[in-house]
Amino acid sequence: MTGASQEEVSCSLDVISHSAAQTQRLGLRLGELLRGGELILLAGQLGTGKTTFTQGLAQGLGITEVVSSPTFTLLKEYRGQPRRGGAEQATHAKGLALYHFDLYRLEHPEEILDLGFEDYFANPTGVCVVEWADKAAALWSGEYLRVRLKLLSETKRALLFEAVGSYYCDLLQQFQKNTYAALGN
Amino acid sequence: MLVLGIESSCDETGAAIVKDGRYVLANVVASQTEIHERYGGVVPEVASRQQLAAALPVIETALQQAHCGWEEIDAIAATYGPGLAGSLLVGLTVGKTLALARDLPFLGVNHLEAHIYANWLRQSLDSDPQAGAAEKETERAYLPGDPLFPLVCLIVSGAHSELVLMRDHADYLLLGRTRDDAAGEAFDKVARILGLGYPGGPAIQQAARLAEEELRQQSLPARNPYRLPRAWLRGTYDFSFSGLKTAMLHLAEGLVADQQSGRPLPSGGRQISRYTTMGSEAARRGQIHIGLLAASFQEAIVDVLAVKTRMAAQEYHVRQVLLAGGVAANVALRARLEEELAPLSIQLQYPPIEFCTDNAAMVAAAAFFHLLRGERHDLDLDVEPSLSLPFRQE
Repeated sequence: MTGASQEEVSCSLDVISHSAAQTQRLGLRLGELLRGGELILLAGQLGTGKTTFTQGLAQGLGITEVVSSPTFTLLKEYRGQPRRGGAEQATHAKGLALYHFDLYRLEHPEEILDLGFEDYFANPTGVCVVEWADKAAALWSGEYLRVRLKLLSETKRALLFEAVGSYYCDLLQQFQKNTYAALGN
Repeated sequence: MLVLGIESSCDETGAAIVKDGRYVLANVVASQTEIHERYGGVVPEVASRQQLAAALPVIETALQQAHCGWEEIDAIAATYGPGLAGSLLVGLTVGKTLALARDLPFLGVNHLEAHIYANWLRQSLDSDPQAGAAEKETERAYLPGDPLFPLVCLIVSGAHSELVLMRDHADYLLLGRTRDDAAGEAFDKVARILGLGYPGGPAIQQAARLAEEELRQQSLPARNPYRLPRAWLRGTYDFSFSGLKTAMLHLAEGLVADQQSGRPLPSGGRQISRYTTMGSEAARRGQIHIGLLAASFQEAIVDVLAVKTRMAAQEYHVRQVLLAGGVAANVALRARLEEELAPLSIQLQYPPIEFCTDNAAMVAAAAFFHLLRGERHDLDLDVEPSLSLPFRQE
């Protein structure tokens, strides 16, 4: 656990992914459910699949560009594409943008504030995905969905989804239904 | 034509004065590598604050070194993307302001294009007999010694791994790019796994070289006992280095576990100490393992980069292959690529090391060829942190 977190985890879901392709599919299922303004935090060591998950999530948002690691630039922005058959997306005729952050290089959490990152958070025109979110654990005071990724073996990864707040709790339940309809408990 | 170039896309602040896109009269870089070394990477807020302080002194120094006054400068160019927004903003704002104040044409430059045009740079004006010739502007687009079109350029840096075909100036066709980590990023992350420090490229190159030398001296088996997988992504010119990073992580974890449980290690049971630096006593004892791991990683990454670049050069019947970006400074990459290209009689060209890493001379070089065509930007040009090369569709 990251010591600084005081938050309440209201719902959680444990998933095991057996391949990079499966991790990507999980991201895609989540991406399809997003409406804009969401904050998705990714935590996990090097090589656990954070970027892979985000690549899937981008596909779910209808983004066709290649989503590569933002480690060097700290932020990569992808313009949204209109999603197919999404009547409820009328307010986002242009599709949702993806703001893909990577805090790998940050040593001090307060640095993220100097970057003007808050301008992106809760911006309804896009979705924020933050890799290495635990580097700035004190910053996440509101509601969010966090995914903790853990290395089980060379190809296997554990993904623990933790929702904080009722919106994200509903989102996670819908995600679980769509992904594991047969296993719903 | 004298162009003042300004570069501040990431952790360096640079100013340069370049004549006709080739002859470097001054190239000044205020590097922050030492500052960032402490953080294990670029820290954007630190970067842009430093850049703000460094920008004007760096420009003054460049003018002094070039022995030229403002009245001799014909245009100002500054990087406007891709890069860190805060850092880009410093150089771009300074460039636009000076252009306004001095009433000079201004051109925003794409950082990736600048890396490619580092290959047009030559050390000094005096060494070139062509320099004094008063040709017409349009004829200056091509001079003896310039890279030859069509060419393939491999751009490899901390943020980029792109394979690009150029049939002429400013004509870019994207052949392939990384699908996950950039080559330089893979070097940095693997250097961190191995405890080799930042920046990762030079650290890994150095560790690999020492280990290979030691292998030879101690008549240990000349083969590297570690072998890492390569992601070839056949049928495309794309790259993927994320799996290589993960494979290295597993290999290193496995070795540490073996060491802890007393199982024999490859090549003579020497100790591996993963989280120490090459300089420390513990690492000197374990040097050969860390070094061989570094060598094995470098070999894997260089293998893929060199072979795919050679294949592209073959398919598009190019006359030249260029390297660009910080990783172009890697000696193993240069050697391996030369080896690949030799049978095809295609010449490999790469910039001198000071023009491989971020610098302002390359910005002025790229700007020159745009200015030749009469291009310039309005002063409302904004930074574009996610800018890509202006690729043509084909």
